[in-house]
Amino acid sequence: MASSLAIPATDTLTGHRLDFLLVADMVEPGSRVLDVGCGDGALLSLLRERKDVDGRGIELSREGVNACLAKGLPVIQGDADTDLADYPDDAFDYVILSQTIQATRQPRVVLEHLLRIGRRAIVSFPNFGHWRVRVDLALRGRMPVTENLPYSWYDTPNIHFCTIRDFVELCREVGAHMEKAVALNAGGKPMQVSLPWWVWNLLGDQGVFLLKRK
Amino acid sequence: MRFGADEPLMMDAGIALAPWQIAYQTYGTLNADRSNAVLICHALTGDQHVANDNPVTGKPGWWRTMVGPGRPVDTNRFFVICANVIGGCMGTTGPASTDPATGQPYALNFPVVTIRDMVRAQAALLDKLGIETLFCVIGGSMGGMQVLQWAASYPQRVFAALPIAAAARHSAQNIAFHEVGRQAVMADPDWRGGRYLLEGTRPSKGLAVARMGAHITYLSEMALHRKFGRNFQDRSAPTFSFDADFQIESYLRYQGISFVERFDANSYLYVTRAMDYFDLAAEHGGSLAKAFKGSATRFCVISFTSDWLFPTSDSRAIVHALNAAAASVAFVEVESDKGHDAFLLDEPEMFAAACGFIDAAARVRGIA
Repeated sequence: MASSLAIPATDTLTGHRLDFLLVADMVEPGSRVLDVGCGDGALLSLLRERKDVDGRGIELSREGVNACLAKGLPVIQGDADTDLADYPDDAFDYVILSQTIQATRQPRVVLEHLLRIGRRAIVSFPNFGHWRVRVDLALRGRMPVTENLPYSWYDTPNIHFCTIRDFVELCREVGAHMEKAVALNAGGKPMQVSLPWWVWNLLGDQGVFLLKRK
Repeated sequence: MRFGADEPLMMDAGIALAPWQIAYQTYGTLNADRSNAVLICHALTGDQHVANDNPVTGKPGWWRTMVGPGRPVDTNRFFVICANVIGGCMGTTGPASTDPATGQPYALNFPVVTIRDMVRAQAALLDKLGIETLFCVIGGSMGGMQVLQWAASYPQRVFAALPIAAAARHSAQNIAFHEVGRQAVMADPDWRGGRYLLEGTRPSKGLAVARMGAHITYLSEMALHRKFGRNFQDRSAPTFSFDADFQIESYLRYQGISFVERFDANSYLYVTRAMDYFDLAAEHGGSLAKAFKGSATRFCVISFTSDWLFPTSDSRAIVHALNAAAASVAFVEVESDKGHDAFLLDEPEMFAAACGFIDAAARVRGIA
């Protein structure tokens, strides 16, 4: 589950990805965290460093797992679509799905597992409702290929794109309570909370949600 | 290391074995705070000569790729110990050893050995060496079973555990293969009910057949095809006989013959039996997770895609149990077409995973 789609902006001072910093802000210090699709372990390392978490990961690619091992991170080579079922209820304080939900075969099932395994879930994803995506489709009549969505339709690992509004609807359907919702603009900066959903959905480059089961 | 009559090995079979001894090798230097000891557990037909030339065969140590200066288990950094298992035939007490009660070889009077007995014997050795905790316990196949047993029996003594191509219990299929091997040994008239040492015979044919059968299970169809295919051995056409026409036949015969020169037939019965009996969950009310409950050990589990003897599903079962026990566990499935034996071979991905895991754990442990 390589987090493959968006390559979000980084903090110029620390080099940390801004969406990771935002996720880290949502996590209580000292908690138990599972990062599903943890890639090379950058987010887990950040959480360990800044929040002293007991972090675990699942990663599909062997390269990613080996990078995590070298960082001393306990990461299991596995697949979010099949392996989450094996985790017991309430095993973690937070289960994070960062830039990965759009690459799963069954996003709804995965989301339900996140809410079962973790007391809270944090989900971030690229917003397919962004105006540039809409313009591509509306005016060019082509599937969008942008800097953040660099794949052609036939070779993309991202098979289940959604918009921020779509995701909000899914949360309602699975009975997830949204404790926090943030949209990041193209520069990776959080957008004003006071803005209405439709603005987020149009201008938000990414959505980051802190969820809790109802 | 010798243990006297007052230091018996309490075995699962209900027997106190005494006196007994355990043969071992060490590499590297134990550091001042005794925190850098690594125990290597050998597989079914392995021995303590993990990284030095084998005195019996003259061949290089069986895991030179993994253990040595600059290797993943770096002997410049770690104090490495490897001991021959109880029931073995390379210096540790086993069925070929002399029974003090009779003055004759134990043969089948030797108590049936378990993986837990092997681990108990190793723990007794470490006690004598003054090593309280192991930085890491590493092993493949039956060695991996010992690693799991170590983590379950002595969680406080194991900082990190690396079971490779292992399982928490021996499958029915694997017990079946072992039984075929044992029956081959026992069907050899020279086995003499196990008393061949006394009677001056050797069940070489039976043991060779056992080894030939077992050897197939260590490989994969793909590896056999790549290495041998249907190639003829020193001939261009079939001889219409039962000679070793095919290269694969010649290869297996060689494996069988060279094995009997270095291995005791009764030891083969005992050590295969130990693997058959291994079922870590059964010791803990049927729950493998209970075996690791509260464990602070860091685990890294490695399997191989083409290993059908200890398939990835066996390793995943270990990982699931460790997860359920909230233990720290990493898992890698290495892509290889070399079958179960891959763990003994040059597998860069396995070394990369092992290296990363061991280095990171050493940093946490404060080993320079």
